[in-house]
Amino acid sequence: MNWTSVADFLDMGGYGFYVWGSYLVSLLCIAGEIVLVFNRKRTLLRHLSLIHQSTKQEKGNETTS
Amino acid sequence: MAINWFKYSSPASFYFLAGKMIPIFSVAAIILFAVGLYIGFFVAPTDFQQGEAYRIIFIHVPAAWMSMFLYVIMAMWSGIGLAFNTRLSSMVATAIAPTGAMFTFLALWTGALWGKPMWGAWWVWDARLTSELILLFLYIGFMSLQAAIDDPRRADKAGAMIALVGVVNIPIIYFSVKWWNTLHQGASVSVTQSPKMATTMLTGMLIMSIACWMYAIAVVLIRTRIIILERERHTAWVGELQGAGVAS
Repeated sequence: MNWTSVADFLDMGGYGFYVWGSYLVSLLCIAGEIVLVFNRKRTLLRHLSLIHQSTKQEKGNETTS
Repeated sequence: MAINWFKYSSPASFYFLAGKMIPIFSVAAIILFAVGLYIGFFVAPTDFQQGEAYRIIFIHVPAAWMSMFLYVIMAMWSGIGLAFNTRLSSMVATAIAPTGAMFTFLALWTGALWGKPMWGAWWVWDARLTSELILLFLYIGFMSLQAAIDDPRRADKAGAMIALVGVVNIPIIYFSVKWWNTLHQGASVSVTQSPKMATTMLTGMLIMSIACWMYAIAVVLIRTRIIILERERHTAWVGELQGAGVAS
């Protein structure tokens, strides 16, 4: 074990800013990419289901009229 | 036994295959990131020269490797798409670009945060750093060009040209530390020599690299599925998927 306490761990031998700055931004980038990709998917699926519903309605209108 | 190698080159069958593979790669990524970070922070010893600052290596080197690997794979699929006119190959290439750009940015960012305490500068116009920055511009160029062209098939072809021409930058990045006098240190791991670091450091770095691979594969597959749905939305199979309510 390299660390004697939590404060020691966060300090990273005086390099805390650089080490945690690297890992924090990496985490943000990965989390951000995941959020963006799922947002894109949700928007697309909503869009597709709207198209699907409207075409179903159009078909329904054709048979009734 | 005859195997139909082309079955999964059809976007429709790939869509379902990818859907099954995404959870496997996601779980593998989570486990490997946890193990890799544990080794990186709790098992690997303090570096005798750089103190604790060297722990940036566990994200810096995997990010830098991924930035180059993903570019080569992107260019390869672009090239295959261009040569054989296979739609899926080009879609995969398009799906790789944002993830590749993200890893390139991370390599530069973590490199800056490592450079400041070790070299005394956030950035130097050194061969390794400059060629990696060019890689970021290549990714951004690829994405902007594709976004600027309405017809997806034409966008694929134009993007493929950038991707293929840009491949020349990859050996330049890799060998930059040998060809020029640079501030950046030489390769820590190479095929021909034994690694120049402690075994636990190397293990942590390799596990983090595999974790990044798993993550990249998972997110690229998710994005590929989105692109497939976007481009194939007028086809019968996407219509059926919608009708059954299973397009998730």
